[in-house]
Amino acid sequence: MENGRKLLERYARVVGSQVIAQLRELGARLEGAKVLHVNSTAYGGGVAEILHCMIPLMQAVGVQASWEVIQGPPEFFEVTKAFHHALQGHRVDLTEEDLKLYLDVNQKEAQRLEDKLKEADFVIIHDPQPAYLIKYISPRRGHWVWRCHIDLSRPFYPVWRFLEKAVVKYEASIFSMPEFSQPLPHPQFIVPPSIDPFSDKNRELTAEEVFKVYHEFGLDPSKPLVLQVSRFDPFKDPIGVIKAAEMAQRYIPFQLVLAGGGAADDPEGERVYQEVVRVAKGKKDIVVLKLPPTAHLTINALQRAADIVLQKSLREGFGLTVTEAMWKGKPVIGGATGGIKLQVVDHHTGFLVHTPEGAALRIRYLLFYEDKRREIGYKAREFVRQNFLITRHVRDYLSLMLSVCMGAPDRLELETVESCVWPSSTRAAPLL
Amino acid sequence: MVKDCALVSISTGEKAYTLMELSEKIKQVEAACIYHHFCTRHIRPSFDHPEFHNDFAAWVHQELRDKILAERLNFIVPQDFADMESVREALLTRIQERIFEDEHLGWIKAGHPFYFVKSQLVIFDTGLRLEWPNEIADVLENLSPGSIFYHFIDARRRHPEGLDDFRDWIRKFPPEFHPLADLIAKVDPFFLSLYEMRDFLIRHIRSFCSRMQARRKVYGERSKAS
Repeated sequence: MENGRKLLERYARVVGSQVIAQLRELGARLEGAKVLHVNSTAYGGGVAEILHCMIPLMQAVGVQASWEVIQGPPEFFEVTKAFHHALQGHRVDLTEEDLKLYLDVNQKEAQRLEDKLKEADFVIIHDPQPAYLIKYISPRRGHWVWRCHIDLSRPFYPVWRFLEKAVVKYEASIFSMPEFSQPLPHPQFIVPPSIDPFSDKNRELTAEEVFKVYHEFGLDPSKPLVLQVSRFDPFKDPIGVIKAAEMAQRYIPFQLVLAGGGAADDPEGERVYQEVVRVAKGKKDIVVLKLPPTAHLTINALQRAADIVLQKSLREGFGLTVTEAMWKGKPVIGGATGGIKLQVVDHHTGFLVHTPEGAALRIRYLLFYEDKRREIGYKAREFVRQNFLITRHVRDYLSLMLSVCMGAPDRLELETVESCVWPSSTRAAPLL
Repeated sequence: MVKDCALVSISTGEKAYTLMELSEKIKQVEAACIYHHFCTRHIRPSFDHPEFHNDFAAWVHQELRDKILAERLNFIVPQDFADMESVREALLTRIQERIFEDEHLGWIKAGHPFYFVKSQLVIFDTGLRLEWPNEIADVLENLSPGSIFYHFIDARRRHPEGLDDFRDWIRKFPPEFHPLADLIAKVDPFFLSLYEMRDFLIRHIRSFCSRMQARRKVYGERSKAS
């Protein structure tokens, strides 16, 4: 296992020593503080991916970070999946039994994790699944923060109202964008998500590793490659992407690859996948790939092989696939929605579009101007380096922990932070 | 003492769909909110040379499509005001004046609301120390955008006379260095990105220092000869 110093040195080679110096300075002010992250899955999904690289980084700067995963029967996860849809604005019908099951699992998990939850100086609860743990832990010693990774801008009200009753008990919450936040009686920190440059999805690959995908999927190395990586979901507009490709292919030859995650547990995903396969059938140079959720290296290689990456979503949370493509130096043509707007800046890191026609025109433009493609790709990578790598994410978390301890002042001079205390520091803070 | 800083954004949960709402919320929000929307664009994820220099002007242009008010708001330069309360008043005055000119404008509903966010600045000590002004250029080469922001833009808000930290520091040195402060004063953060500011300063400070060195050499030779 790599030690903390070496880990930080490795990141410093990517993000620069100043960024690591900031982390070290923040870590020094929080040295020994116990930080417990709680979520609902150890593998799969963006939250688990982030925590896998965030925990070692936090530990490397001196914070005692740990991670617990709540457990529950499959029916519990059916209910929380419905929560997820509802919070993103879909109407769902939850029964009294569903809510009772949700509360029972949270209560049971609160009992199982009680010691750890009470011992932690900072408890960061991710997403709605474990949000009600707070109700069953009393008295609470540490600072509890709720981290919402979901677009909460237009939630289905009855479900949000139910969740809100737990969320208001937290000392602070974290949202990815201001648009996703809700009026709450505590500070709401804005922390965009991030990617890890050393994960399988993003690490550097050899030319052979990249080239392998051409062979594996029968792609033509002599033709430009346009790629969209996303779940098979109507909001990702895969049919619109095929339309855009067909329009652009009338003017310039290229192959389109639509690669999506497995949809075995998602009936709607399977339906959309079948529809996409039907629409793409018989069309030259349009390839639909259904990949397993663990195909990180394949996705990495496809993104690196691509000349242009599309993310023509109609609705999007943050859009980490956009971040991943930009990190690989690819210009992105993205739907003007959600977090894509924060990442794709017209003529700088790619183009924002609203229609298949818009996407088709930008594909033609970028395939025609090779220099422009390279220039935009370079800028995109630097933009991610500055703003959307895991080191920035860790810095934001450490900053907000200090901020919560200090009562969220407008300015946090780290030299003065000696007065900051957390429950297990030598100066004991009162029970909350 | 060279410092670095990072921005933590905190949503207030407040939003405005119309100019009337915007005006009402501007009256209520904390000064840190006005600061965020006016002064922090340099260290937020964005690109150089935006058309609008503050979030209010950009929103009025993009969402309400009122070019007149957008231009007026765009011309508010926070450095011209004593504090954020004065900036708030200037903002309110321009919005109200525009509503009086065209009452209908106050009720146009934007497609996307204006989200009020406030800033928290986390300030780090880089451990770097400067002793003489001629060291500035070398240090600047390795400074992070956060350091440039802190010493060049944020400083103007902290200093009673609106000076940046470098000029304030140079004033404490013998008068021969004062032209350097005048040179630094030429940097207009309104139009430059942090990297452009850094490059401008390095170039001009280096040229000033080499001129100063040449002058010293000439004086040294003259006094030796005499």
